[in-house]
Amino acid sequence: MDENKNINTPETEEQNYSLNDDRRVKVLSPGALVMKRFWRNRLAVVGMSVLIFMFLFSFAGGIISPYGQNQFFYKDVEISREFAAVTENDEFRYRASDSTDKFGSAVQAQAMLAIQTKKADFTYRDIAYTVSEEGENFYSIYSDGELVGIAYKDIVSSSVEGTKLSFDFIYSALKAYTSDTSKGDSSFSAEGAEYTISDLGYISDASGNEVAYISRYVVQAIMGDVFLSRDFKEKLIETIMAGGTEFSYTDESLIITEDEEPVSEEEDEANILATDDVTEAEAPVSATAEYTIRPNQNHKGWSIRQLQSSRQYDTYSSPNKAHWLGTDRYGMDMLTRLMYGGRVSLLIGFIVVIIETLIGVIMGGISGYFGGWVDNLIMRLVDIFYCIPSMPIIIILGAAMDAQRVDPSVRMVYLMLILGILGWAGIARLVRGQILSLREQEFMTATEASGLSVKSRIFKHLIPNVIPQLIVNCTMSLGGVIITEATLSFLGLGVKFPFASWGNIINDVNNTHVLTTYWFIWIPAGTLLLLTVLAFNLVGDGLRDAFDPRMNR
Amino acid sequence: MRKYILKRILISIVILFFVGFIIYALMRCLPTSYIENMARQKSMQPNSKSYEEWMTQLTAMYNMDKGIIPGYFSWLGQAFRGEFGDSWFYTVPVLEKFNETVWLSFIMGGIVLIFEIIIAIPLGIVAATKQYSTSDYVISVIALAGISLPTFFFASLLKLVFSVKLGWFDLFGLVGRNYNLLSASGQFWDKAKHLVLPIVTLVVISIGGLMRYTRTNMLEVLNADYIRTARAKGLSERKVIYNHAFRNTLIPLVTIIGGSLPGLFSGALITETLYAIPGIGYTSYQAMVAGDIPFSMFYLVFLSILTLAGNLIADILYAVVDPRVRIS
Repeated sequence: MDENKNINTPETEEQNYSLNDDRRVKVLSPGALVMKRFWRNRLAVVGMSVLIFMFLFSFAGGIISPYGQNQFFYKDVEISREFAAVTENDEFRYRASDSTDKFGSAVQAQAMLAIQTKKADFTYRDIAYTVSEEGENFYSIYSDGELVGIAYKDIVSSSVEGTKLSFDFIYSALKAYTSDTSKGDSSFSAEGAEYTISDLGYISDASGNEVAYISRYVVQAIMGDVFLSRDFKEKLIETIMAGGTEFSYTDESLIITEDEEPVSEEEDEANILATDDVTEAEAPVSATAEYTIRPNQNHKGWSIRQLQSSRQYDTYSSPNKAHWLGTDRYGMDMLTRLMYGGRVSLLIGFIVVIIETLIGVIMGGISGYFGGWVDNLIMRLVDIFYCIPSMPIIIILGAAMDAQRVDPSVRMVYLMLILGILGWAGIARLVRGQILSLREQEFMTATEASGLSVKSRIFKHLIPNVIPQLIVNCTMSLGGVIITEATLSFLGLGVKFPFASWGNIINDVNNTHVLTTYWFIWIPAGTLLLLTVLAFNLVGDGLRDAFDPRMNR
Repeated sequence: MRKYILKRILISIVILFFVGFIIYALMRCLPTSYIENMARQKSMQPNSKSYEEWMTQLTAMYNMDKGIIPGYFSWLGQAFRGEFGDSWFYTVPVLEKFNETVWLSFIMGGIVLIFEIIIAIPLGIVAATKQYSTSDYVISVIALAGISLPTFFFASLLKLVFSVKLGWFDLFGLVGRNYNLLSASGQFWDKAKHLVLPIVTLVVISIGGLMRYTRTNMLEVLNADYIRTARAKGLSERKVIYNHAFRNTLIPLVTIIGGSLPGLFSGALITETLYAIPGIGYTSYQAMVAGDIPFSMFYLVFLSILTLAGNLIADILYAVVDPRVRIS
C-alpha cells in the first residue's frame, strides 16, 4: 500500500502547481506494481528461486551431465567360481582295447582283485584271463593271447585339443613310460609312428611336436567346454606340489567367453535394451586369471577356483564420485535420470496446462460472452466434465494402453491429451465467471459507448482482465498436474521406462528391498517433486496476492 | 426451496445420464482384453469351439455385442433394476463385492474427516487471527506442503520410518499374519493398527485444503463491518473472534464439509492401493487395471453420483445455514 500513500503525499498541496518532471509523483505501471508486490512476498520469492533451480536442473542439467539418459553402467565383479579339480590318481584306471568287448566292468573288478592279490591269472565266466605287469603300476590283461585291456595309474592325456588318443597309443606310451625305470627319455612306436617320451612324461612325435603327456595328476575342468592346456595343468601341479594356494596364469587359449547376465528381475523392455548395449560395449576379457587352490577333502585332491572378472550392470550402486546419487536398478546414473525426469515432469505439466487453458478459455469465453443457450449448453458440458471421475478414467486408459503395448513416446502424448481434456472444465468455469462479472462493469460500457469493435473489446479489454486470474490458476494447477502425472507413473500407468519421470523413478519403491535399503533411489526424486509442486503453489499464491492485494490468500 | 431442489435433482439426473454414456462409450471402446483372454483360454481346452466362436458367445453373454447406444440403454435398464452384473475380475455380483468393501472405506474416510476437522479448522482460525505473524507463515507453509505432498512419496516415507525403521506397523494389508488366531477384540485392534498409517497419510494430505479454506473465509469475515462494530462496542477480542467471527466462518465450512460427506463412500483410490487396504478404492483399482468392465462401470457411475450429490448437498446446506441466501 506504500504506493497509494505516495500518491497522496501532502507535498502536492504546496502552492507549487508546476507539472515539471521533478514535481511529478512517481507512479508505477500496473505490471511493475504487481512485480513489486510479488517480490515483497518472501515465500513467493523462495518458490520462484526453487522453480528457477528446477528448470536449470532439468533443462540445463541434462546438457551438462556427462551421462546420457539411457546410458547403462557396468561394473567388473570378481567372482570366484569353481573352475577345475585336481586329483592325484592313486587308483587303477582301466581301458578296454578298441577291438574287444571282453573287458567289461565285472572283468575290471576281477582284474583289480588279481592285481591286488598279485595273481597272474583269473577266470571270469569260464574265460581265462592273464594279468601281466608291464611296468610300474601298469598291467595289461590278456585273454587267449589277445590284449583286452589295461590297468594303469599314470594318465595319458592328449596335448592337442579335440583329439582322442587311441588305445594302441596309450598302451605303447604307458608301456614305454612305466617300464623305463631310469625315467630318462625313452621311445616307442605306435600305429606306425615313432614317438619319444621325455623324462617329464611329454610325448612328442618324430618331428618333435608334442602330442600327449603322461601325468599322475588328473586335472579336470568343471565346465565341459573348457579345454585345459598342458602348460596350465603343469603349472598348476607345480604350484600344488610347492604347497601354494594361489597362482595366476596367462593363456591366450583360455578365453572366457561367457558374460554375466544382467540381474534377472527386469522388465522386458529393459532386457531388450540391455542386450543391445552389451554388444556395443565390448566386454574386455582378460587372459590372465587368478586362481585359488584349496585342498578338497572329499575328492582327495584340490579344487581350483578361478577369480573371474565379469561385467554386470552396476545396479543400485551407492552414491560415489562418478555417480553422485548412485545408480538405479538398470545401472543408469541416478542424477542424470533425475534431470531428464524433471524435464519430462515439467514438460508434461506445462503442455497439459496449456491444453487445459486453451480449451477452457475458448469454451469459457464463448459461454461468458455470448450467454443465452450457448452459455447453458457449454455450462452443462462443464458440469458433465466436472462430474467425470478423472483419476479412475486415466487409470483405466493407462491399463488399456499397457494391454495394447503402446509405444512409450506415443503414450506420453496420449497421457498429456487425456489429462488436458479431462481438466479444462475448471478453467472454463473461471473464465466464464470473470467475463460475466467484467461485462457488467463500467469500463465495458465505456468501450461500447466509444464504439470499439467487438474484436477489440474482447481481446483488448476483456481478456487482459481475465489473465491475472488465469495465470494464478495455471500456476496452481501446474502443481496438481505434476502430482497426477507422477502418481500415474508411480503406479506404472503413466510415463514408461525408457523415459524417466520423477514418478516412475520412485516407482522402484514398490520393491520393499529398495524402500528399506536404497534411500538414494527414491528420496531425491520425491523431494524434487515435493519442492517443485510446493514452489508452484507458493508462486501461485504470491501472484494472487500481487495481482489483487485486497484478496487475502 | 422444494422446487429448487427438485430442479437441481432433475438437472443432476440429466448430467448423470450423459456422464454414464461417456463412461460407457469409453469402456466399450477399450480393448476388452478380458473377454479375449477368456475366449483364448476356453478355446485352448481340448475339443473346444474355436476362438472366434467363443468370442461371439462371450461377447453376447456380456452384452458386448450390441452397439454402444443400445448397449448403454440396456445397461441403464438393468442398472435401474439394481442389476450391475457380475464382476469379471472377482466373479461375484458387483453389488456384493461393493457392499463387502465400501464400509471399510467409509469408516476410514469418516475417521479422516473427523481428524481433518479437528486439526485444520483451529489452525486455520489461528492463522487468520494472527495474519502475517510467524505462526501464520508456518501454518500456511505446512498447509501448502500438505497439498503439494505426493501421496505415494509420503506413504513411502511413513513406511520407511514407522514400518521399517521402527517396526511399529506392517507395510501392507489390513490384517496381520496371525489374524485368525486372535480373539475378537484382538482382531479389532489388529485392523485398527493396520489402518493407522493410511489414515495418517490421508489426514496429512487433506488438511491443507481445509486449512486454507478456513483461513481465507475467516479473514474475509474478520474484515467485515460487523466485526469492526463488535470491536467498537468494546467486546473482548476472544468474544469477537469466537462469538462473532467464527460463527460466521462456519457458514462456508459447514457447506463444504456437508458437500464432502458423500465423498466418504468413494474410497481413497491411491492410498488404499499403496497400503493394500481392501476398501472400495483398492478393490476397484484392481478391477480397473484388469479391465473388469462391469465393476469399473459401476464404480465410475457411483463416483459421479457421489460428486453430484456432494454439490447438491453443499448448495442446499448453503441456503439452509445462511438465511441471507435466497434461492430463486
